[in-house]
Amino acid sequence: MPKTNPSAGEKAIVVEGGVSALSRRKFLSYASVLSGLLVGASACDKDDNPSTSTVNLGSGDLGILNYAYALEQLEAAFYTKVISSQYSGITSAETALLTDIRDHEIAHREFFKTALSSNAIPALEVDFSSINFGSKDSVLATAKAFEDLGVSAYNGAGKLITSPDYLVLAGKIVSVEARHAAYIRDLISNGSFADGTVVDANGLDKSRTPAEVLAIASTYLKTKINANNLPTS
Amino acid sequence: MNLHHIFGVLEKSDPEVYQRMDTRRKALQRFAGIGRSLSLTALPFALGSLFQKSYAGTRNITDTPVEILNYALTLEYLESEFYKAGIAVGAALVPAGAPTNAIGTISAHETAHVAFLTAAIKAAGGTPANKPVFDFTAKGTFATVFTSYDTFLAVAQTFEDTGVRAYKGRAAELVKGGDLLTAALNIHSVEARHASHIRQMRKANNFGDVKPWITLKTSGIGSAAVQASYDGEENTKQANIEITNINSTSISANAASEAFDEGLTKDQVLAIVKNFIV
Repeated sequence: MPKTNPSAGEKAIVVEGGVSALSRRKFLSYASVLSGLLVGASACDKDDNPSTSTVNLGSGDLGILNYAYALEQLEAAFYTKVISSQYSGITSAETALLTDIRDHEIAHREFFKTALSSNAIPALEVDFSSINFGSKDSVLATAKAFEDLGVSAYNGAGKLITSPDYLVLAGKIVSVEARHAAYIRDLISNGSFADGTVVDANGLDKSRTPAEVLAIASTYLKTKINANNLPTS
Repeated sequence: MNLHHIFGVLEKSDPEVYQRMDTRRKALQRFAGIGRSLSLTALPFALGSLFQKSYAGTRNITDTPVEILNYALTLEYLESEFYKAGIAVGAALVPAGAPTNAIGTISAHETAHVAFLTAAIKAAGGTPANKPVFDFTAKGTFATVFTSYDTFLAVAQTFEDTGVRAYKGRAAELVKGGDLLTAALNIHSVEARHASHIRQMRKANNFGDVKPWITLKTSGIGSAAVQASYDGEENTKQANIEITNINSTSISANAASEAFDEGLTKDQVLAIVKNFIV
């Protein structure tokens, strides 16, 4: 696949807000070129004219890895903001563990970026306008939604992966997301780490399809995600 | 859900379904398409019928999935019997209120896992493994397991962290395993939720300086006997990519090790579990 991604210097535009007109234009043009190539290569759809703010995840295992990369970008950006503008009344223990979570999500994001290399989707632009970062309730409710979403996303993506190595990597990450989810849930309400809203009568956690996950995640993303080429079974 | 409809759809989509199963992968795929909303009572019938029709005379094909399910069942027996015994002691062991509620929640999940796996094994035409006779003191190593809340939670943490690692360690064998893989993943993440909570309980009681996640290979438990459940967790390299300070970030080795849980092989897990079996 041709290298169509922005250079390292231009990837700094990820963070929400403060994007210069120039870098934003470059970002959009890169995104456009990439999604055009991916759509063209997989579907040969000459009529396709993707929106300039759409990123195509691609197909096969690489598409699933890009899907995971997209979710980790979202989580990492969220916790980066949580730590840089902490909610009122935060305790030192909460700061320490939320900083850990931020670092875990950054580690996941950077891992996928490095592993995908030239196949990686560009940096996504997030939209956290619905979150009040000064409010503990708002931050933790969003964190809970993101962590439960992440767990269900990896659980649902497992059967779409064809490489045993990638499956094991997803497994190594999903249990850490579940540890996060349980911690955040207990912060909100002690004992809710695995309550009936996420675990069913058979003792099974939730799994969601990429379409279900992205429908929820899109609330927090300015960049549109095209998952049409992902495997579905 | 109408089971006749499921069989009908399967035969319609693949009329030669009963002649086509010649690989392990296809054996696994027989679990695919069984709706996850299928109730537990319906599960054995649906899966069992498929397997009996599909694998008569080709028993080896189903060995892998059934063997993995029985492996998981043995671990779930370990956990469910452990929590049952702890709850039976009552408030003298686990304080009333939030602690008892949490252990009750976890216990109910482990019991549900036993029932789910037993049903799935029978459905696949296999024989569920017998429930072992357990010695939760590990031959005296944890002599106070049912008299000391501290020891009880230490063993609970070890079981949950080991359970997470055990499921993960067999994931590669279930690749493209359809709904069977999904079910295993859905149990795996519940075990991780349990582990996170037990660790918070231990921290809150000053039983151990642990976080909800595993830092390097530290157990936070004052017994070398549990170390085998943590060895290997200090790994900071994934797919040959060093995570510590990756891409000029300031990700510490601690965070790099915490960010990825590591699997354990079947032999490693059985060596750990063996200590708790009479």
